[in-house]
Amino acid sequence: MQVDLRILRFDPERDAAPHWESYRVEAEPMDRVLNLLTTVKAEQDGTLTFRRSCAHGICGSDAMLINGRNRLACKIRVDQLGKKITVAPLTGLPVVKDLVVDMDTFFSKYRSVMPFLIADSPAPERERRQSQADRARYDDTTKCILCAACTTACPSFWAQPSYVGPAAIVNAHRFIFDSRDDAGDERLEILADKDGVWRCRTIFNCVDACPRGINITRAILEVSRAVVERSV
Amino acid sequence: MRIDHDALVIGAGGAGLWAALELARAGVSTGVLTKLYPTRSHTGAAQGGVCAALGNQEEDHWEWHMFDTVKGGDYLVDQDAAEVLAHEAIETVIELEHMGLPFNRTPDGKIDQRRFGGHTRNFGEAPVKRACFAADRTGHMILQTLYQNCIKAGVQFYDEYHVVDLLFEGGDGGDGGRAAGAVAYRIADGELHTFGAKAVLLATGGNGRMFSITSNAHSLTGDGMSLVYRHGIPLEDMEFYQFHPTGIYGIGILLSEAARGEGGTLLNADGERFMSRYAPKAMELAPRDMVSRAIYLEIRDGRGAGPKKDYVYLDVRHLGRAVIEEKLPDITEFARVYLGVEPLTEPVPVQPTAHYAMGGIPTDLRTRVVRDEANTVVEGLFAAGETACVSVHGANRLGTNSLVDLLVFGRRAGREMTAYCRAAEAPSIAADVEEPVRSELEALRTRPEGESPSALKAELATLMMDNVGVFRTARMMATAVAGVAAIKERYTRVRVRDTGRIFNTDLLEARELGYLIDGAEAMASSAIARTESRGAHSRDDYPERDDVNFLAHTLAYRGEAGPSLRYKPVTITRFEPKPRTY
Repeated sequence: MQVDLRILRFDPERDAAPHWESYRVEAEPMDRVLNLLTTVKAEQDGTLTFRRSCAHGICGSDAMLINGRNRLACKIRVDQLGKKITVAPLTGLPVVKDLVVDMDTFFSKYRSVMPFLIADSPAPERERRQSQADRARYDDTTKCILCAACTTACPSFWAQPSYVGPAAIVNAHRFIFDSRDDAGDERLEILADKDGVWRCRTIFNCVDACPRGINITRAILEVSRAVVERSV
Repeated sequence: MRIDHDALVIGAGGAGLWAALELARAGVSTGVLTKLYPTRSHTGAAQGGVCAALGNQEEDHWEWHMFDTVKGGDYLVDQDAAEVLAHEAIETVIELEHMGLPFNRTPDGKIDQRRFGGHTRNFGEAPVKRACFAADRTGHMILQTLYQNCIKAGVQFYDEYHVVDLLFEGGDGGDGGRAAGAVAYRIADGELHTFGAKAVLLATGGNGRMFSITSNAHSLTGDGMSLVYRHGIPLEDMEFYQFHPTGIYGIGILLSEAARGEGGTLLNADGERFMSRYAPKAMELAPRDMVSRAIYLEIRDGRGAGPKKDYVYLDVRHLGRAVIEEKLPDITEFARVYLGVEPLTEPVPVQPTAHYAMGGIPTDLRTRVVRDEANTVVEGLFAAGETACVSVHGANRLGTNSLVDLLVFGRRAGREMTAYCRAAEAPSIAADVEEPVRSELEALRTRPEGESPSALKAELATLMMDNVGVFRTARMMATAVAGVAAIKERYTRVRVRDTGRIFNTDLLEARELGYLIDGAEAMASSAIARTESRGAHSRDDYPERDDVNFLAHTLAYRGEAGPSLRYKPVTITRFEPKPRTY
């Protein structure tokens, strides 16, 4: 089948502003958008620029805005989108070139929530024990691949770029609810800030955007509840 | 621009991150260079588990793990290295748990373990539960945990810096020189940066993208292997390349061996569990080279499934929803997304997929790069993980041992480099060291006419898949040797279409193609010269293992008229080579 692919292009060395360009691509229904982008780059325009690596939804390189929703280009198929497909860079981060955005602020927000285990007790000779129920408590948020699809789908982030954003909260949740961790209070203090959890308006765009199926809004609400419980 | 550190880590997968963590904790000034963001590294795609003889589920001993590794590698494994691997796997996995890795748990709260191909109790008696796992996303958890701990330790990262050359002082790397740093291309603006360092670690992963059906990420182009090869250092055992039996049909995305470890079966078009004819005892849990060959033979003999009779089935239906959703959630989703197949109710079409380089940059047990059959050390240069060949995998790697390798030897690399940096003087680097690579990149960028690198890359991948795959013949390998030489010649005339400075992926993909060609050249030449069948190297004209002539590691040195080959002996300590049956 033939697909009409429209891509928002921007080359800072040539263009004053982003502009749309159209391509016709021969595709199979099971092809992913990444296949289409690769075909365009190989056969039609070698300057088309996008990030990609694993090509099966694990590395998080190729999140972009596809037919109006944040998706991984390697995980969304032509048959899920139809014959007209539009692709644009993630919203709310500076565009470097074409579909590549500057991830620096995204990763600095991630780092701001202390995304690492802090255990005060000395490490035992063998593993720290953890019950299956305690392990299950934070399972959902361990799946995050830091693709930025959730944060850049969030209207609260668009309106207030200083908001720490859903991805950082997900990664704080992963440690706050880990029974082995002792620094939950410090993380809750960080997230009690005006740019922390209270910016969430439960719009659920993040849940729709997450390629890993994480229930992000629930995770944010659980952190919000923990912030409240801590302060009373 | 010039930046100096004491230690430089190239690559931010599991091996690079653990080395960086050790260095940072020891207070050594360290820079980590990655052409991606660290969390995009392909360690994150590993699924099934990491073996360590913890004995949490049943009796186990590291000596059994060592034996399985040696036998699995068809006795080409250096046994002193396998001993380090199996022994240090235990403390390494425990340390990962202490760092926060969310392993699945047993009912009493210990790290859960499951079966994996080739891992047995009591020297081959029966499968043992040795693979520690976090669902089927163990590699993701390892990568995240190590990155998290690097942030905690304040590791300095240079994200999206593509290393394009290595620096030596006092001679080239293959000629007595000492590592002095690296030249990196900053992807954001196309600027070259010279990084000076006393110690340099190559942790750049594999080169599966030289094949058309592969589980490997686009980024896996063998950069580190090629860079040392260009500086006169040989590549070891490049003919041993693993084809994983269960790649998604037509695409190659991996479906973890954990599916079989949990009880999944392989069926041919007739619905027969054909492994009973190839490995009656181990069945689907035979080592990967044997299972991939069995699939190849089923297809060759007309028992493949589908309209082209060119795949077999992986069947997990009988495991039930709970096991599939709790222990194999990701690969279940892969089958749904990429094939439109529902594993709960349908068997999944699979075929062997290019997966893992057993060979690579030769190192000693201390992860120091060595450059000849006498194991002469290249001072200041280290390698670990898939890019290295220590050799713990020999002629065929067992499932999970890739993660064990990169953890154990990444950790060792960090400690060795720490000690080295404390004793070594800073190298001196000339002012014009960027020039050779600058002119190579400019030639690619400004050549007015020439052929397309992406088309040439596709040709290379098809050539290697068709001729240096699961089964090899002299004619096929000769086709590959000649074909790679022709592609190498044409490569001197490729031209990129993007002439810009900012985020020029067209240029970098062309550069990476050059790395892939180097690896393919070493692989095809090493393969045709090995006139025996051993592990993953299987040829019809020499179907038997030949310990008299080939119980030896190949060393391939780059040369103008193609590689020259030398051989070095295998280290044998505890286990004399025996016929390999499962």
